Amino acid sequence: MNGSEPTFVRKTLAPARKAPVVTTGLIGFLRTRLFNSPLNVVLTFASAVLAWFVLEPTIRFLLVNAVWQGSDRTACLADKAGHPVGACWPFIQAKFTQLIYGFYPEDQRWRANLTFALAALLLAPLLVPKIPGKTLNAALFFLAFPCLAFFLLRGGGLDGFAFYWLAELFSVAWKPSLMRFWLDFSLTTTVVIAVVILLWGGWPNGRRAGLVSALTFAGIAVVIVTLRLDQGGLPVVDTRQWGGLLVTLVVSITGIVASMPIGIALALGRTSRIPLLRIFSVAFIEFWRGVPLITVLFFATYMLPLFLPGDFTIDALVRVLVGIALFAGAYNAEVIRGGLLAIPRGQREAANALGLSYWKTTGLIVLPQALRHVIPALVNSFIALFKDTTLVLIVSLFDLLGQLRAAFADPTWATPTTLFTGFAFTGIIYWVGCFAMSRYSLFVERRLNAHRQT
Amino acid sequence: MKYGWFGIVMTSAVLGSLAPANAQATLKAVQERGVLSCGVSQGLPGFSAPDDTGKWSGLDVDFCRAVAAVTLNDPLKVKFVPLSAKDRFTALQSGEIDVLSRNTTWSLSRDTSLGLNFTAVMYYDGQGFLVRKALKVNSALELNGASVCVQTGTTNEQNLADYFRANNMKYEVVAFATADETIKAYESGRCDVFTSDVSQLYAERLKLMVPDDHVVLPEIISKEPLGPVVRHGDDQWFDIVKWTLFAMINAEELNITQKNVGEMIKSNKPEIARVLGTDGNLGEQLGLTKDWVVRIVKAVGNYGESFDRNVGAGSKLRISRGLNKLWNQGGIQYAPPIR
Amino acid sequence: MTMAPAPRQPPFRPLASLWRALSGGTGWKGIAGQLAFASLLAWLAFDVVTNAQDNLRAQHIASGFGFLSGTAGFSVNQALIRYSEADTYLRVFEVGLLNTLLVSIIGIVFATLIGFAVALGRLSQNWLLARLSGGYVEVIRNLPLLFQLLFWYLAVLAALPVPRQSLSIFGIAFLNNRGFVVPHIVPQQGAGVFVVAILAAIVASLIMAAYARRQLYRNGERLRVWPFALALLAGFPLLGTVLFGAPVVFDVPVLRGFNFAGGTRVTPEFVALAIALSTYTAAFIAEIVRGGLLAVPKGQMEAGASLGLPRSVILRLVIIPQAMRLILPPLTNQYLNLTKNSSLAVAIGYPDLFSVFAGTTLSQTGQAVEVIAMTMAVYLAISLVTSALMNVYGWHIDRSQRV
Repeated sequence: MNGSEPTFVRKTLAPARKAPVVTTGLIGFLRTRLFNSPLNVVLTFASAVLAWFVLEPTIRFLLVNAVWQGSDRTACLADKAGHPVGACWPFIQAKFTQLIYGFYPEDQRWRANLTFALAALLLAPLLVPKIPGKTLNAALFFLAFPCLAFFLLRGGGLDGFAFYWLAELFSVAWKPSLMRFWLDFSLTTTVVIAVVILLWGGWPNGRRAGLVSALTFAGIAVVIVTLRLDQGGLPVVDTRQWGGLLVTLVVSITGIVASMPIGIALALGRTSRIPLLRIFSVAFIEFWRGVPLITVLFFATYMLPLFLPGDFTIDALVRVLVGIALFAGAYNAEVIRGGLLAIPRGQREAANALGLSYWKTTGLIVLPQALRHVIPALVNSFIALFKDTTLVLIVSLFDLLGQLRAAFADPTWATPTTLFTGFAFTGIIYWVGCFAMSRYSLFVERRLNAHRQT
Repeated sequence: MKYGWFGIVMTSAVLGSLAPANAQATLKAVQERGVLSCGVSQGLPGFSAPDDTGKWSGLDVDFCRAVAAVTLNDPLKVKFVPLSAKDRFTALQSGEIDVLSRNTTWSLSRDTSLGLNFTAVMYYDGQGFLVRKALKVNSALELNGASVCVQTGTTNEQNLADYFRANNMKYEVVAFATADETIKAYESGRCDVFTSDVSQLYAERLKLMVPDDHVVLPEIISKEPLGPVVRHGDDQWFDIVKWTLFAMINAEELNITQKNVGEMIKSNKPEIARVLGTDGNLGEQLGLTKDWVVRIVKAVGNYGESFDRNVGAGSKLRISRGLNKLWNQGGIQYAPPIR
Repeated sequence: MTMAPAPRQPPFRPLASLWRALSGGTGWKGIAGQLAFASLLAWLAFDVVTNAQDNLRAQHIASGFGFLSGTAGFSVNQALIRYSEADTYLRVFEVGLLNTLLVSIIGIVFATLIGFAVALGRLSQNWLLARLSGGYVEVIRNLPLLFQLLFWYLAVLAALPVPRQSLSIFGIAFLNNRGFVVPHIVPQQGAGVFVVAILAAIVASLIMAAYARRQLYRNGERLRVWPFALALLAGFPLLGTVLFGAPVVFDVPVLRGFNFAGGTRVTPEFVALAIALSTYTAAFIAEIVRGGLLAVPKGQMEAGASLGLPRSVILRLVIIPQAMRLILPPLTNQYLNLTKNSSLAVAIGYPDLFSVFAGTTLSQTGQAVEVIAMTMAVYLAISLVTSALMNVYGWHIDRSQRV
């Protein structure tokens, strides 16, 4: 073949061909994702119509036709306002403090606000992965904060410490007084520090643990002095006066905080080799998971008082908290067990090879990894608990939904749109809370599995 | 793990600081505690209802204040515990409240099988029906086929069933757990009739948008004697609560009012002197002080005053005294003599 | 070449095996710990039982299950079996149980239908449909169930008109705020024949389908069964009606006095509960189904496409059967949740097991221990049976998955 002549060379430009079908940009999007087949055309139109019929009345109700000012129901009646009335926002304004605080006395509301602020302050750094000091943060939030919140919200003080309770238990007379309180406190401190140092392996090894215990007791002393817990504390606000969002948050946060140790214990029990522990854990978990939460609440409210000695009463709210803690504990046990099973067996074997005991392995190697793995599932569990707090309405505790339902009964605000307005407001609160938590859970999950994405 | 024991310690602190209640010597427990725990309704105008600031008022509330006045010398030292019809008895049985003053009907099964003691009758009532005027119904016998709203856990449910069965009428029952839900369902038209004690009908009618559009039918289908309740097993407390009510009725008989009790103390009519404590020690026999009736009348007035102020002519309910008048004025309120 | 010795049975040492099983391999410490734990539990149980007995006696509350033969004295507004106020509490228990099962089954059926539809919508290529389905799931999942139930009952269904101004559907069915009234079916003489005819048609269709499948596997020829099945299903009953007379007569409801006389009424409590349970559980089922469908490897879809199958056929014959294995256990869990959530009926006055038994019966008899124990036992039984069935299914799948 002669290589000097090309076989074919164009002399003129080829005619321009039609551009290919656009698949990018708005037109392309419409073409490929919305209208690419007859079925899709129909579906698109049907969906658009559905979306219009759902969104337009909602926006019209919530914003366009809404009434924003008024002092009673006449402001929200169509004939008085002159146009078809949508949401009756003055109703929410009038009932706002009830929906958030219930009947918490007005001059003591700063205590509830302070508790909310402290919770936010302690929780926010815990959620951001980059901020260090997670153990201290978690300890403060899960252990210190609930006790502080109890004394802030409920009020009351302490009569004494460990020796006082021991005296009560064995019915020894111990008249509480200020001096005896601090004597009790100091004695308890020294005894506990001594025991902790002993448990952590004697003098040089247990030094750090002893120091931490001493600091903890110092913190407790500071709190006692600030809140004057030794002299009766803040005025008592009975739990029957708590209501609204306050009760919802108290129940859900206490539920999740209390269910963690119960869940860990049950999960460890279920994966243990000891037969009795395993059987007991399985039976316990399956029992609490097999019954509806309402029956648990009824059980706690009506049967728990029967199981205690006759002269010991517990608060209605505490009974509900106990029921919810056991229920959530059983569910979390399954979640944590999933995490425990996901840790490769090699970790335990390596720890065994290093000579660590079962408790040291579990506490230092296995549990931290397992808990980190199941954080998304635990957040999902918290979302479910947050939604389940609405059930306390059935045992006559007024959470946000319960207060809303009580507010509906007020005749000064009875209009055709009151119900929808109330549901819209509380619906927004619940939805924002749950949605934010589910997004956080997705964020953590993506971060944990970042090393696994291909 | 280091912080675990901390949690245990503080949990026991929490549980330990909750006050234990002694079910046996209630008077001593109340005086030690310094506050009377009184079970009331969740909001029934005229009997026990909180206003917007949380202050309670009503006939049952007045009675609680009277008991607090005789035991603690301060009618304001009362903790009101709102209870639904379902958990009112368990609260009393478990010791959460000392006295249940919640327009509760006295019946045999409640007196025996629930472990409770009914002290006396505060209000003689009966069960009736509330319907809309627009339905043009004049008698309960015209209610065949109607939908009836009632509250669960009350004698009303059973009386309703008996009445309709006895008169061969059919009905649809719509039952709710709280009175608020029931009246809301009635107002929304879910049912045609609302049945309850007649006093409750008048009180709940006030919660409707246009109270005058609704009328109470003339038929009374049951006896509903309402009164305060205490637990079995504490006779002294039973006597105290019972005689507090009797004292209020006797005070009205003797015309001792909140205004004139100061001068009545100086009276030397033997009966008044006995009642007001200037003669004899009847109060101390109960475990109280000599001036126990004086405390009651100063705190809440006599029975008639309390009735008028809360459910009678001086209130929004305007229920006529009817059967609740004194025995010597045509009614059946009759208290044993204080001597 | 040495021969390996014949394998021996391990020595039979029952005591040692028993010891190892009991102690879990931890020796004396394990046994002692278990004994201590068992005695602690026993002491706790003893304490609790004696406290309960003391308290019950002090409060004069009766014990035992004798209350089940007492007269109930109250009526319920929906009973699938015959019930009147003179019946016993045991009858009340049965009525409540049947109501719970009814609303659970209806809820499960609709939740599955809606859930699958929403899942397929979310996975569709149509952008608008996918976003709408996603929006549905996100909104419904993040609102409490009790909230949704109260919304449907208090806000939506209560906004319907009163009976005297009902919305009428062709004049025979009526919608008002007391329920949905439809004509009642009164079986006549031809009813039995009608039922037999339908059963015969179904059996004939199944036989035809089996025959068609055999032909497909043997000869590869595809027979179309459905036109014949449809003809039989329509024809047999028609023949029966012609020969033996109309099977049913419709009792059309008529407004008389306060409510409609005649006809069957579905109460708004039931409708609200069914709608709330269905839509709520459907959102969770949609997520489970979507997860299952996405877990099937993409290669399956591509292989089906390379065989020239249309997308719907690939979904039906290839993807969904594989996805079902992953979907079934969490799906059953959601069904269980729905059954347990039906106890929320107590908030709106629907007479399910919890509302009539643990609600009204408990407050009338005062016997909290027995009543709550019975209620919990029912739910626990349902849960445990379903868990056991799921375990059997899982074991079966594991076996079939072994390569």
